[in-house]
Amino acid sequence: MTGVRNLFRQMRRYPSAVAGSIIILFLIFMAFYAIFAIPYSDALRLWRGADNIWIQTPRNARPAWLNYFYSEKQPENIKISSIDDPSLMTVIDLGGGVSTADFEYVFDYQYDGFPSELSVFFTAKYDSARPNVALRWVTPDGREIPLADLTVTAQLNHSVSQDSRLVRRLGGQPEIKLFEDPANPGKVLKGTYKLVGEGLVFEDGSSVDAELVVFGKLYGLAGTDHRRRDITVALLWGTPVALSFGLVAAVGSSIATMFLGAAAVWFGGWIDWLIRRINEVVMILPLLPILIMVGLFYSRSIWVMLSVVILLGIFGSGILSYRSMFIQVKESGYIDAARAYGAGSGRIIIRYMIPKIIPTLIPGFVTQVPSFVFLEATLALLGLGDPVLPTWGKLLNDAQSHGALFNGYFYWVLEPAFLLMLAGLGFAMLGFALDRIFNPRLREV
Amino acid sequence: MQNIETAQGQAAFVRQRRMSSLNRILKYVLVRGLTLLVTVTIGVYLAILIANGGGYVDQMRIGQIREQVSLILAADQEMQFVTVQERRAIEESMIQTQIQQLGLDRPFAVRSFEYLWNGLTLNLGSADYLLSDSGSRQVRNILGERLGPTLLLMATGQLILFFSSLFLGLILSRSYGSFLDKFIIAMAPTSSAPAWFYGMFLILIFAALLGWLPFGGMVAAPPPEGTIARILSTLKHMILPVTAMVVSRIFSSAYSRRTFFLIYSSEDYVEMAKAKGLSDREIERRYVLRPTLPAIITSFMLVVIQLWVGAIVLETVFNWPGIGRLTQQAINMFDTPVIVATTVIYAYLLAVTVFLLDIIYSLVDPRVKLGGGGN
Repeated sequence: MTGVRNLFRQMRRYPSAVAGSIIILFLIFMAFYAIFAIPYSDALRLWRGADNIWIQTPRNARPAWLNYFYSEKQPENIKISSIDDPSLMTVIDLGGGVSTADFEYVFDYQYDGFPSELSVFFTAKYDSARPNVALRWVTPDGREIPLADLTVTAQLNHSVSQDSRLVRRLGGQPEIKLFEDPANPGKVLKGTYKLVGEGLVFEDGSSVDAELVVFGKLYGLAGTDHRRRDITVALLWGTPVALSFGLVAAVGSSIATMFLGAAAVWFGGWIDWLIRRINEVVMILPLLPILIMVGLFYSRSIWVMLSVVILLGIFGSGILSYRSMFIQVKESGYIDAARAYGAGSGRIIIRYMIPKIIPTLIPGFVTQVPSFVFLEATLALLGLGDPVLPTWGKLLNDAQSHGALFNGYFYWVLEPAFLLMLAGLGFAMLGFALDRIFNPRLREV
Repeated sequence: MQNIETAQGQAAFVRQRRMSSLNRILKYVLVRGLTLLVTVTIGVYLAILIANGGGYVDQMRIGQIREQVSLILAADQEMQFVTVQERRAIEESMIQTQIQQLGLDRPFAVRSFEYLWNGLTLNLGSADYLLSDSGSRQVRNILGERLGPTLLLMATGQLILFFSSLFLGLILSRSYGSFLDKFIIAMAPTSSAPAWFYGMFLILIFAALLGWLPFGGMVAAPPPEGTIARILSTLKHMILPVTAMVVSRIFSSAYSRRTFFLIYSSEDYVEMAKAKGLSDREIERRYVLRPTLPAIITSFMLVVIQLWVGAIVLETVFNWPGIGRLTQQAINMFDTPVIVATTVIYAYLLAVTVFLLDIIYSLVDPRVKLGGGGN
């Protein structure tokens, strides 16, 4: 216990250790938050984007908080739905099974930018006679623009923006023309807009619900990607994935390497020779191409990749430094004492040699974590990310393959990059400081 | 008389020493070269095992045979008069003959060595989908075209990194404890991120925001007229990827050089040299830089290995038409021969780089020259 307390006292003297620990704690908190807020199966389902989950979010929207920095305010999503608020739908029975389904959706539009799209989503219940709805657009200056006469099916997604007849009639994109100030082309006419729907249902028990979505240019904390998915999901879930990948790979390969190093030194002879030759080979094996082949020919699962990384990492550069440490340990008097009382090789390695080295193991694997975190991102960037898990690397891969930087979607690259850097810096800073605490020789210079 | 004899003796002795140290260097280089060759062989064999572990190499070749046979049969006029069953039987027997001819029915243990030899000689047949710019399907031609750009980029980056970290390290060790020194130490953890990561930021700043430099590629499109203009254009395209490589490693490299220099400059013989009144430059050159070089080369070797691994993604991010970009294209198109070939070529490139550093090492490390030590 005193050892641990002593360690913390020493760590406090290194600002980088403190900063690194804070970053790591923050990431761990974020990882747990992600796991509890979005359960694993939900995360996979959300990221796969099945069942039209993301149909009502804008495409490639920037994060919403950017509005604080914009002088021209950009719109966020506006959604008015009779499903959420049934009182918006006026139903008057006209007799003979026929009833009205009228609605008037009023919203205030005070943004400087035009929306990115405009859609009305209908859901209807009927047996054979499909309901009808006529849509009208009322601008703040009182102009009335008929939009469409629709026969509603059970699920109808009426994209006003892609209505080619409306585009021709208005002489431009509807989401711009409908919001434009006629006296001031190119500028938004701010004020209260209305979407008026006059509907008729023709059967008893038949009903219509309508959802108006004015797609914004900004969305949520992190924005959305090319498939309208909320990037927050991947940012959050990338944290536990990156942390567990980094930590398991670093700890797994460090510990295995340590045992091998100890065995090499203790048994010496041909075992030592063999381990050193394998190290020489593994050191210059092209790790990434081999991982690429494993990913392509076997499985892209992150756990398969992790096993290969650990397997190749065992014989990596670390083994030489462990070896040189163990050579010193082997000469210590207490090892002779252990041998004298008749301890076997296994006992000496596990009970006497390894515990002596463990303190130096800790900075070693803490500094290794970032390289594994980035390795996961590297694989994902090459299109070899885990097929189902949302990760930071996969965000970067999507951004990269859709020319995010070229098209100006900087948030798409910067957000995952920021988290990657945070994780990398956190562990590197802590590991750096720990290295200086545990290896006093470095402290002198 | 005696003096002349001793002088001659000395000359002979020196000559002998020189000969023996030359021998030792050659022996060291030879041993290292052989070790590296063995390593490459093991790496390529591993690549073949992995590639064929899923049966992909076999499948690929059998698929090619099947395609050829059905093409031959489709072109055969007489085949119109036989029934479907007969035709299928003929097709099957032709495929079997082909498989036997190519030895695909031999056990994999035997065939793998044939594949190994083909792999080592980069005799990997033709690509499934990818073409070289000149239109060739041969994997060797595709690789040959891409090798130049990769070597240009990586060699430039590695050389600049080596020398800049060396000089920065020297400056830091001179101004130990200064603001610059502390700054570099504080920045050292940033080297945990690979080059492509900084590459993205550099593209964001210098290409997307400022528009000073191109987003990627190797020459402007369309290529400018004239050799000089083309070279200048290539240089301009190299600025960002090379900067990314240097930035990603410079801080930790400079930090480690500085530490080496500081450790070596506290040696007694440096104090002695100072006492003799030698100039600082002289001391640095002869008593600090010289003995540190072997250690520096060893640690630089690790950096170089990491840089090579990162090259695939760096080229992808910068659209650099090298082997790395080729690897990425092959991954996207699932072009097995090209993927195996890129693994082989990376094994070679890594080994050659390490070998070159080994040669330099053998020239600067006195332990190699004089024998002994070493281990």
